[in-house]
Amino acid sequence: MTEKRFMAGNEAIAEAAIQAGCRFYFGYPITPQNEICEYMSMRLPEVGGTFLQAESEVAAIYMTFGAAGAGARVMTSSSSPGISLMQEGISYIAAAELPCVIVNMMRGGPGLGGIHPSQADYFQATKGGGHGDYHLLVLAPHTAQEAVNLTMLAFDLADKYRNPVMILGDGNMGQMMEPVEFPPPPKTEFSKKGWILDGARNRPRRLIKTLYLDPPVLEKRNLAIASKLSEAVKNEVRFESFMVDDADIVIGAYGTVARIAKTAIKILREKGVKVGLLRPISLFPFPYQQFAKVAESGKKILVVEMSLGQMVQDVQLAVCGKTKVNFYSRVGGVVPGYDEILREVEKVVKESG
Amino acid sequence: MEVVYERPRSLFPVATHYCPGCGHGIIHRLVAEVIDELEIREKTVAVAPVGCAVLLYNYLNVDCYEAAHGRAPAIATGCKRVHPHLVVFTYQGDGDFAAIGTAEAIHVAARGEKITTIFVNNAIYGMTAGQMAPTTLIGQKSTTTPAGRKPETAGFPVRMCEIVATLPGAAYVARVSVSSPKNVVQAKKAIKKAFETQVRGLGYSLVEVLSQCPTNWHMTPFESVKWVDEKMALYYPLGEFKVPKEG
Repeated sequence: MTEKRFMAGNEAIAEAAIQAGCRFYFGYPITPQNEICEYMSMRLPEVGGTFLQAESEVAAIYMTFGAAGAGARVMTSSSSPGISLMQEGISYIAAAELPCVIVNMMRGGPGLGGIHPSQADYFQATKGGGHGDYHLLVLAPHTAQEAVNLTMLAFDLADKYRNPVMILGDGNMGQMMEPVEFPPPPKTEFSKKGWILDGARNRPRRLIKTLYLDPPVLEKRNLAIASKLSEAVKNEVRFESFMVDDADIVIGAYGTVARIAKTAIKILREKGVKVGLLRPISLFPFPYQQFAKVAESGKKILVVEMSLGQMVQDVQLAVCGKTKVNFYSRVGGVVPGYDEILREVEKVVKESG
Repeated sequence: MEVVYERPRSLFPVATHYCPGCGHGIIHRLVAEVIDELEIREKTVAVAPVGCAVLLYNYLNVDCYEAAHGRAPAIATGCKRVHPHLVVFTYQGDGDFAAIGTAEAIHVAARGEKITTIFVNNAIYGMTAGQMAPTTLIGQKSTTTPAGRKPETAGFPVRMCEIVATLPGAAYVARVSVSSPKNVVQAKKAIKKAFETQVRGLGYSLVEVLSQCPTNWHMTPFESVKWVDEKMALYYPLGEFKVPKEG
């Protein structure tokens, strides 16, 4: 099958995109995801694809819009401030129901913030981000290998739901080098692209638009997108349940933080503390039911994030007051150490007597 | 009976939403005539702007994107890179091309992207009902320059053709008007050259069309075409700023 390669997360994502059939990439350099741009500029010409360095993230997202509307598998990537600039275009892409993949390697914010890892764009990624009623499908890998697998899946989900899909990572994941292998891309079924613009030859002309001045018509469009997304909510919830079954305390964390939490869990288990991890892989749709189950079984919950409390709100929504949701975070580019998580778990143990 | 004049095949047989005396209808027709004459309707993709011409696709019978404000050149770039054999053009107003979308406008030319822009400059914001445009003339009244545009506070009007013509990636750049039958004929020639420049793969092509907006200028159609000739064409001289080197 495939050989293992030693790659940084950013490069692994870029290569996975190419192996998933992505032949068009538009982007603008920003740290800490420049390796995606650079890798694409080197690799895409080798496979007959197109790399274009845009004049801004704004232009990059609309080039992505144009290429998606023309029927191509297309990707763009950026980091937090650049993703903010793209929000207008992302809203238009969602409204026009165009499939594409957007990578956000989050860095500390707000504003120019910093260049170190963060998870402070959770709200922006999962709750819409741009204007209007829509959601991205959001996938959050916690290793380079998972980034490969999820990037490949992201293209299929984008085509299946005709919706933009975001890979939400962070600076740490983008830079860290790990062995990865490239499995054959998944073969999800999706309908033929009978809506692309490629010239009205032997067919009526087609239109890609988002303006609907008649409120009842726009309402219908909104509801159609909502109903499509509710299908995704039914079918596309992904999570990892790690040592949860016999646990008294369950850590809720995603991405880099979840990986650090696993180290803390191993050490705590050796000490006899029954702790597990519920790790959302899809942040939209969010595994609400799984967190609800944890709460119903009487387990304590500790959410750890590199934000001042964003995913924790979804966990609170899921548990609906049935158990206390403890919270620990480091922000501004500071990554919590496994020892900090360990300490927080022990605190919860002590409090619950 | 012999047919001497008919509706271009690339235009839908519908009435437009444009105000009486507006230049957009004429310009739409010229673009449609050129598409017909070059026999490219089935391989043309249009990108409509935000502004009065957002409904371009209600009139032009070609595949069409509707862009966000100012972003048409980026969308056209994405499409053209996927389908290099297609003829892709943007149709943009002065707010779209010379204000909110200036970065995209300059860089599509800088890249020598093989697309065409029809840039309609009527020196005012039409759809939002008469605010200042980047191309509003000094002294011209608008709803946001009620005492007339003053350079001390509102700056100077932008000459896009002159700027774009400095870029090596731009192969054909011309400014025309539709203020008289003679100028309409000239305008069509320029639009045709622009599309031919693209078809021949020579680079980016831009035609700026000075157009009249009687409604927001508070003039009769007749007064407005006179204003194009006597005021606009003074600041925005007509002519070709750049033509492909050979042929």
